[in-house]
Amino acid sequence: MMTQATSSQFWLTRPFGERATQTFLGVLFAALLLVTVLHLAVPQGHPLHVNAYTVNLFGKYLSYALLAVAVDLVWGYLGILSLGHGAFFAIGGYAMGMYLMRQIGDRGTYGHPVLPDFMVFLNWDSLPWYWHGFDMAWFAFAMVLLAPGLLALVFGFLAFRSRVTGVYLSIITQALTFALMLAFFRNEMGFGGNNGLTDFRELLGFNLRSDATRLGLFIATGVALALGYILCRAIVTSKLGRVCVATRDAEARTRFIGYRVERFQLFVFVVSAMLAGLAGALYVPQVGIINPSEFSPLFSIEIVLWVALGGRATLYGAVIGAILVNYAKTIFTGIMPDAWLFALGALFVLVTVLLPKGVAGLLGHLKRRKEDDHPPKEAAA
Amino acid sequence: MSLLQSLKARDRVFDFMATEASPVDVRHGPILYMEDVTVSFDGFKAINNLNLTIDDGELRCIIGPNGAGKTTMMDIITGKTRPTEGSVWFGSRHNLLQMNEPEIASLGIGRKFQKPTVFEALSVFDNLELAMAADKRIFPTLTARMTSEISDRIDDVLETIGLTALRFQPAGILSHGQKQWLEIGMLLMQRPRLLLVDEPVAGMTEQEMERTAELLTGLAGKQSVVVVEHDMGFVRSIARKVTVLHQGSVLAEGSMDQVSNDPKVVEVYLGSDEEESA
Repeated sequence: MMTQATSSQFWLTRPFGERATQTFLGVLFAALLLVTVLHLAVPQGHPLHVNAYTVNLFGKYLSYALLAVAVDLVWGYLGILSLGHGAFFAIGGYAMGMYLMRQIGDRGTYGHPVLPDFMVFLNWDSLPWYWHGFDMAWFAFAMVLLAPGLLALVFGFLAFRSRVTGVYLSIITQALTFALMLAFFRNEMGFGGNNGLTDFRELLGFNLRSDATRLGLFIATGVALALGYILCRAIVTSKLGRVCVATRDAEARTRFIGYRVERFQLFVFVVSAMLAGLAGALYVPQVGIINPSEFSPLFSIEIVLWVALGGRATLYGAVIGAILVNYAKTIFTGIMPDAWLFALGALFVLVTVLLPKGVAGLLGHLKRRKEDDHPPKEAAA
Repeated sequence: MSLLQSLKARDRVFDFMATEASPVDVRHGPILYMEDVTVSFDGFKAINNLNLTIDDGELRCIIGPNGAGKTTMMDIITGKTRPTEGSVWFGSRHNLLQMNEPEIASLGIGRKFQKPTVFEALSVFDNLELAMAADKRIFPTLTARMTSEISDRIDDVLETIGLTALRFQPAGILSHGQKQWLEIGMLLMQRPRLLLVDEPVAGMTEQEMERTAELLTGLAGKQSVVVVEHDMGFVRSIARKVTVLHQGSVLAEGSMDQVSNDPKVVEVYLGSDEEESA
């Protein structure tokens, strides 16, 4: 519950005063530390040793978790059910992929000093204009945020200005990601067609195939998740966050009070798209490939399932959901690949029926029961 | 007044410290002026040559049978519906027909809807905070801090609407009557010059109605208040001047006794306005 003491602080540092954020950051950093120690200090062959493959897998989960936080920001707090956030994730991933392609230099199969392999294969003689600049890390990293942000800005501007919300918005976000998938499948687009971008070697001079780089990427993703979480938390605990909740529950009323609802929606949507882009950029070097399948509508729907499963409008629920579902996916697709989609469907049905507020709702419920037994001192506000 | 003069005037707060009053020009009398307003939806005239003037600080009740155009009239004033013809002025300076909804709201026209819509997931306190007259652009909203000045102001309004004890409860748990008061409180946070109140006592208990009557009559004078209401008993208890709408135009205007004895009004209300209140 909001108290006056917390809201008098500077907005960006406000989350640090919250118990939930402190717990979240504590658990996250403990997990990062634990994995690092178990990977480096415990000898190979020991049952507690975490191998490089698993570290890499966890890094992937963390980038998914950041993506889920981005979706929860717009869905949980603003009520915008985006079924196209995979598009922002993939665009951020492609921006990173283009940088990594340019880093290959003349070590590709065809040995061309500038052109990536697939362009040589297509008999292109020069780099398309939009590939320029991606040899510079700062430019590529800026594009990781700016490209999805710009797409969200244009798309959101048109959608929110026309007051497209609810199920219609969900459908057009789905159409957006589907259209982009079809476009990126085409060789003429210059993004490697259906093969996408792959065969990466180095990131900022670090060999992507070394275990140390993988551990570094895992930690970097964890830190990015922490920062993204704090940013989202700062937004939702600010007055702007309350305007978002107000918009979610009664849009017309919020407009009547004098808020330009469409601008708030646009702002939060763009922030969310940029976070999704960042998640994509951290994902790509860890899996070693980016191709148009990341744009597939199914993937975007899956992200929403993670958030629903973890619990909407909590942010940490999104993290829990993303990690749980993807961990289950890894296990299931290993044991019986064909059953995964059924398992996902069953999981979703069970959670909707038994835990309508997701795993986070269950945690909140348990916490409240504990508090009823031992009421904390500051309970009466 | 120059800055120096304003600093020397000891009898008043410095001008630059005072919260900016709404820039409405009421020197020429009325705060709201509607002339020959017509709205037609596919040929059906919801409002037909409506003329209405509200004075500054007045409490006016608007009554009329269903479909008389009361809600459409409110929609026009708040910018939700555009009239086909006519002019609507707020004070003598602002043409409301050239403004959009947020602009009109920030100019000092607050509207309470028929059905109470408060932000149920937010606390009573937060509801009032959001409604407060403030810089409502994105970044000022993001970086806004709670100052003691603001919380004092919210406390004042909580006191006025009698919800102090429930300040940190989510608005969703409030009773129907309490939600209506919270809505009025949200309007007050905007420091409006003109309050439009649509059916404030619908569904209220007798005690809640009395409380609402007190609240609204207490507000008049400081603000202009326009109340649209079906409940004749309630209108009689608060009204000084009543306007009767019928088929989109003004049928009668005057004190409650004058209009209730007007044969045209009696005819529209089938001879008995008291029955209508039941």
